[in-house]
Amino acid sequence: MVPGSGFTAVLTTGTALAMAFLAVFALALGLGADRLADRWQATLAQSATLRISAPAGEMAVQTSRALDILRATPGIASVRVLEPEEQRALLAPWFGPDLPVERLTLPRMIEIVEAGEGFDPVGLRMRLVAEVPGAVLDDHSRWRAPMVAAAAHLRTLAVLSVALIAAATAAMVALAASFSLAANAQVIAVLRLVGARDAFIARAFTRRFTLRALAGAALGTGLGMGALALMPALDGIAGDTALGGIGLRGRDWLWPLLVPPFAAITAWTATRAAAFRVLRREG
Amino acid sequence: MIRLEEVAQDYGDRRLLRDVDLHIAKGSFHFLTGPSGAGKTTLLRLCYGELTASRGRVLLFGEDRKDMGRDALADARRQVGVIHQDCRFLDHLGVAENVALPFTAAGLPVPADDLRELLGWVGLAAQAQARPPTLSGGERQRAALARAVIAQPAVVLADEPTGNLDWEMSLRILSLLVELNRMGTAVLIATHDLNLIRSAKAQVSARVLRIAEGTLQSAGSDL
Repeated sequence: MVPGSGFTAVLTTGTALAMAFLAVFALALGLGADRLADRWQATLAQSATLRISAPAGEMAVQTSRALDILRATPGIASVRVLEPEEQRALLAPWFGPDLPVERLTLPRMIEIVEAGEGFDPVGLRMRLVAEVPGAVLDDHSRWRAPMVAAAAHLRTLAVLSVALIAAATAAMVALAASFSLAANAQVIAVLRLVGARDAFIARAFTRRFTLRALAGAALGTGLGMGALALMPALDGIAGDTALGGIGLRGRDWLWPLLVPPFAAITAWTATRAAAFRVLRREG
Repeated sequence: MIRLEEVAQDYGDRRLLRDVDLHIAKGSFHFLTGPSGAGKTTLLRLCYGELTASRGRVLLFGEDRKDMGRDALADARRQVGVIHQDCRFLDHLGVAENVALPFTAAGLPVPADDLRELLGWVGLAAQAQARPPTLSGGERQRAALARAVIAQPAVVLADEPTGNLDWEMSLRILSLLVELNRMGTAVLIATHDLNLIRSAKAQVSARVLRIAEGTLQSAGSDL
């Protein structure tokens, strides 16, 4: 019913393509941030480490005393002294796998597994300072707390990005639709002359713009998913960082498939609103 | 069906029509004459609700134009077939699709046999798929006529419907309108063609109106 227009067709399809491409990345970022937040959150609830540096003659006594204090501390589920093999594995990245840990004066490491809300690190440190002078509580999980908050923030930003992409798409499609409506004033006049209702006229425009947005978004989504699939895996190198979190895993690949229908719904809504606004304004 | 009561129409500071009273009843046949620029087209546009009267009331099928919602106005227009001087087509569609527009716009199936027969009757069977810009002036007017009557409206309003036609085709178009009128369709034709009016009066009881100095008057008995 409405003649094709090269300009509005390119504008709508191109906008939908670009926005869908960006939306796929925003989704991947959001889902990645979600995974990171979950992983870091889980790590938070796991463990802390107590490091005891003492002369060889006092090491056993201080270790035993520290274990007693830890076992009596509320919020600690279990404690365990790390075996030499485990210490070797921890130091391997720096000194290689053949480090003779038995011949080195290394601090004794005690792994602490927290329970429930966790322990009070300030109170525990005060007790340790008094009773185990060589002990240093490495509350290493605590530094992850701001990272979890950062990951959650990143997730919020991703959601906001998707919302902004949707709003920008709606604005561009509405602009293209308004342009098309203005360019087709004669078509609208003829349709009114033969008794077409506003809904019929609006439908003639919304159908065209919805299909264009759907096609553009499908192409953009395909390109975005392809780009993500081609991205090198960062697991083991930077897999635990925000950069390593970008990407889609398993069922996450289904989420981008929602982008084209969402773009089509956005275009339909924006075009319909623009069409009715123009039709009412022009009487 | 269409009634104008003390209607006035202004264009800016100029009052083009004033104190117009007109009743287009079922089965009536009117001619509207007057010099160019007198307001014939404006009066027709008032009659199908494209214009809202500056003063007075325009009743379309019993409802005041000013009180009608947009859908109600669209529905009223489906009962009025309009032939414009400039024909007003969708140039990207073929002739047949343009003629079938009243059905398409109403969401009704297009009666293919009626469409084919009507196109044949107005001599456009061979041009059914042609685009309007490729048609001659006469062909465009015949296509506009076909579009105006295909849905068998209650009223046909025609603005110079034979302006670009030869006499033979003009009579043929007139006979179609007369035939529709005999079936109960009200017809209002704005025209300069006095011969057409005389020819019609020989076939049907037609009232001839003239717009002069903004008012609507009955034409003299010579018509």
